[in-house]
Amino acid sequence: MIIPHPLLGPRDAAEFVYKGDASLINRPDGMTASDDEMHDYAYLRDNPAGEHRELWYHEQGDRSWLVVTRNTMTHDITYVELARDVARASGRSR
Amino acid sequence: MTQSHRIDGGQIDRSRSLKFEWNGKKMAGHPGDTLASALIANGVQLVGRSFKYHRPRGIFSAGSEEPNALVQLRKGAAQEPNTRATTVELFEGLAATSQNHRGSLEWDLMAANDLLARFLSAGFYYKTFMWPKAFWEKLYEPVIRASAGLGNLSGQADPDSYDHGYLHCDLLIIGAGPAGLAAALAAGRSGARVILADEDFVMGGRLNAETHEVDGQPGADWAAAAIAELSAMDNVRLMTRTTVYGSYDHGIYGALERVTDHLADAAGKPRQVLWRLYTQRALLTAGATERSIGFGNNDRPGIMLAGAVRAYVNRFGAAPGRRVAVFTNNEDGLRTAEDLKAKGIEVAAVVDARKGEYVLNTVGRRGLKSITLSTGPTIPIDCLAVSGGWSPNVHLTCHHRGRPVWRDDIAGFVPGEGLPPGMTVAGAANGAMTLAAALNKAHEAGASLASALGAKGNAGDAPTGSDENFDATPFWYVADSKPRAWVDLQNDVTSKDVKQSHQEGFRAVEHLKRYTTLGMATDQGKTSNILGLAIMAEASGKTIPETGTTIFRPPYNPVAVGAFAGRARGKEFRPTRLTPSHHWAKENGADFVETGMWLRAQWFKRSGEKGWRDSVDREAAAVRKSVGICDVTTLGKIDIQGRDAAEFLNRIYSNPFLKLPVGKVRYGLMLREDGVAYDDGTTARLTETHFVMTTTTANAVTVFRNMEFARQCLWPDLDVHLISTTDGWAQFAVAGPNSRALLQKVVDDLDLSNDAFPFMACTECTVFGGTPARLFRISFSGELAYEVAVPARYGDAMMRGLMAAGEEFDAVPYGTEALGVLRIEKGHAAGNELNGQTSAQNLGLGGMVSQKKDAIGTKLSTRPEMNRDDDLRLVGFRPKDKSILLTAGAHFLNPGDPEDMAHDQGWMTSVAYSPELGHSVGLGYLKQGSERMGETVRAYSPVRNQDILVEVCSVHHIDPEGVRQRG
Repeated sequence: MIIPHPLLGPRDAAEFVYKGDASLINRPDGMTASDDEMHDYAYLRDNPAGEHRELWYHEQGDRSWLVVTRNTMTHDITYVELARDVARASGRSR
Repeated sequence: MTQSHRIDGGQIDRSRSLKFEWNGKKMAGHPGDTLASALIANGVQLVGRSFKYHRPRGIFSAGSEEPNALVQLRKGAAQEPNTRATTVELFEGLAATSQNHRGSLEWDLMAANDLLARFLSAGFYYKTFMWPKAFWEKLYEPVIRASAGLGNLSGQADPDSYDHGYLHCDLLIIGAGPAGLAAALAAGRSGARVILADEDFVMGGRLNAETHEVDGQPGADWAAAAIAELSAMDNVRLMTRTTVYGSYDHGIYGALERVTDHLADAAGKPRQVLWRLYTQRALLTAGATERSIGFGNNDRPGIMLAGAVRAYVNRFGAAPGRRVAVFTNNEDGLRTAEDLKAKGIEVAAVVDARKGEYVLNTVGRRGLKSITLSTGPTIPIDCLAVSGGWSPNVHLTCHHRGRPVWRDDIAGFVPGEGLPPGMTVAGAANGAMTLAAALNKAHEAGASLASALGAKGNAGDAPTGSDENFDATPFWYVADSKPRAWVDLQNDVTSKDVKQSHQEGFRAVEHLKRYTTLGMATDQGKTSNILGLAIMAEASGKTIPETGTTIFRPPYNPVAVGAFAGRARGKEFRPTRLTPSHHWAKENGADFVETGMWLRAQWFKRSGEKGWRDSVDREAAAVRKSVGICDVTTLGKIDIQGRDAAEFLNRIYSNPFLKLPVGKVRYGLMLREDGVAYDDGTTARLTETHFVMTTTTANAVTVFRNMEFARQCLWPDLDVHLISTTDGWAQFAVAGPNSRALLQKVVDDLDLSNDAFPFMACTECTVFGGTPARLFRISFSGELAYEVAVPARYGDAMMRGLMAAGEEFDAVPYGTEALGVLRIEKGHAAGNELNGQTSAQNLGLGGMVSQKKDAIGTKLSTRPEMNRDDDLRLVGFRPKDKSILLTAGAHFLNPGDPEDMAHDQGWMTSVAYSPELGHSVGLGYLKQGSERMGETVRAYSPVRNQDILVEVCSVHHIDPEGVRQRG
């Protein structure tokens, strides 16, 4: 696969490490979250056949974490963002 | 042996002769020959035995679709089984043997299987070997194993080398037959960057095997001219002997180039190169493969595809027979007779299925002798050319689950929906079955793809070729034939097997394949799949498209595992990392151990020491007595800077870090998000905004990865930056009562007294008169100890300097084993204890986990199940009988309890012989361990055959109050 890195352009997927569902960004605050919320965050993932937003880490590159929107049926990559931008957009600043 | 069947013409170099050996017999051929064509030229018909029935078999095709002529190539370690004689290029000294027979090829002892055929039909495995059950292990399996498989491996390591390569292009053209050449000319002339790959060693495909004309010249001449024109283009790369075997995501193709397979001596070059081709667009011009017809005993040596007969006669100047008959259902087959006659070979009969004439049966055990026709006569011949029509080579179009669609007009499957993105198909592979159509369509495709890719040059005119009649009248098998009719030669599947599969309910094509093995193994049914499908369709009373089609997966042809491994073999499987003191250690008798990618000294042997224990005991004792030095560079090091660095660490570590003073080090415990203990180490605060973290050697990479995840994804606006400095700093532990005195000689202008530089202090300083360094007063051994770091390039000099400075204290270097002894004596947890299943509570560190902040893993570490009072706790153990050495992995049992899991009390994680205490000491997890000090339990190890009594004690076998490290 080739991942179009938002800063570096097309890069071979072999340079990346895969983590999984991008919902891992949405970590609840451990001080206020219920047991169930924290459990769901740590253990439960969707496993869609089709579009999937997922985390890739450019370990052999610039060490950016990316959110890659990839179709799990066709491996089509339709959108790639810096995970930091996604985190900020979902209100994770500070 | 003379080349009895060599005839005039062909593309072989008769000026040179190549000697080779076949089953020990000396023969000769010419450059340009394949092993198959040379065998044919030498009059060899019988080349192997079939898989199941051990039927005598001959050469069937002239290409990589070959199901029969699988031979063992070369000798000794380089021996390679199951190579197709039809693709092996002849070289001087080539040695090949036939395979899959016991005794000689002519008198195979396993041929008795053929007489048992009615017991060995489809699915016989599943039916025959079911009972009695006891027979399976003792009788059936050994016999099946001995009979299964084709060739033999040498059993030795592969002496050849393989490489990986990477190429980029605008347009990859797969297959350099007439269509591929026409497309490459159009795209190349336009200026696109083109790679043209073909599995053959000569490009041109069928043009070399046929007598067609292109642009008014013989096809082979036109092909040679086209190759010459393409070779002169800087933007075109021609890759012969290169099979594009798979289509992968985003325009990436896998290709195998046989670089030196055709040479007697590789002369140091890799044998094969596995290419990864990055393409903008790809054009598949892979042509078509001829298929056979089912009739009685259609598998005898001498029965061959008609196209292969033409290839041997026209391209290789080798006559597969002296008196040949043709059995065909199409015009293409008829051309065989014309080509044979032109070469002066007698054509005994042309049997045209379209006229209602069939071949019913054949005779000739080790070579064809005669055929019997449906019209009555028996005709003596030594070769039968069979053509059942052509199937487009759609394989690569299926690699993204594309499904081919049936076309009645050509009686074949053509590429359908779901092609790999960026792929176009042209020529016979796309159903353009005549030369004229293939040239035209491919030229058009090459020109338009180049233009779509931005190439602006003039593609030139399409070449013109003869527009011969392509009449595809499906005819699959002779229903009146009584004897067995083979569908899949490689797997010995007959038309009866296909019908039986239908009868027994295995009707889906995928079931048909698994039940009968049709289309399996090295040829993947290239000549047989459609025939099998057609018979199944007839049995089901359905059409072929209704019956379905098998789709293809990579690889198109077999790829050796060695090629996938490339250079990553043995020691080269992964990088080897050397510590900065490696060369010093080597000079000083170190014995090395692999820890991850690192090579670390595990002990330093001195003369007179008989075993490793002598060295390790001496090193550990010397540390406790005076001072020792250990290279600890392999620990992960992460530099953490920023205004929010302390806040960030406070969220990463389970224990508090916010208030760590500048100039101090703190032990930190990381949890996984599920609350399980993950990694530990020390973190030093050099300035208000600058921290230096160490991780375990094993987790160095993943801890850094997870911290970057936390930094970018969880808390994107904390002002903190990370960089791994594991390789940047050489770090040495200097441990023992004399460590202060030693280091005082090394550091520049720094007071190391206990008041000025107490336990857990850290500072930046210089050593040896100005070399920048970092000094940490931390102790893994429990002694007064320091770790000193210098930039990695000074690591070797630092080790030598420390040893020189330590001479007056009898300083010793110590390795990982002594390091282990010291930490077990002291009761520090390491990898054996942090095994991914244990909580902070288990480690006895439950109190460290701060509940006043939200760090990774805090929340889920509070789950009741992870905090049970009766749960495992890390404690120390010593043997009741001090002379006994403890065993790691032993399970604890209360005395008197039975040895079963219900009574399991925990297990021993680490053991060592303590030279300080004079007996073995251990660490381990014991249920409610912290409340059982002084108790006696059994340490039971059925694996090591040990069953002893041990006493529960503190994890701190030495200096439980920590006086020494604080002294």
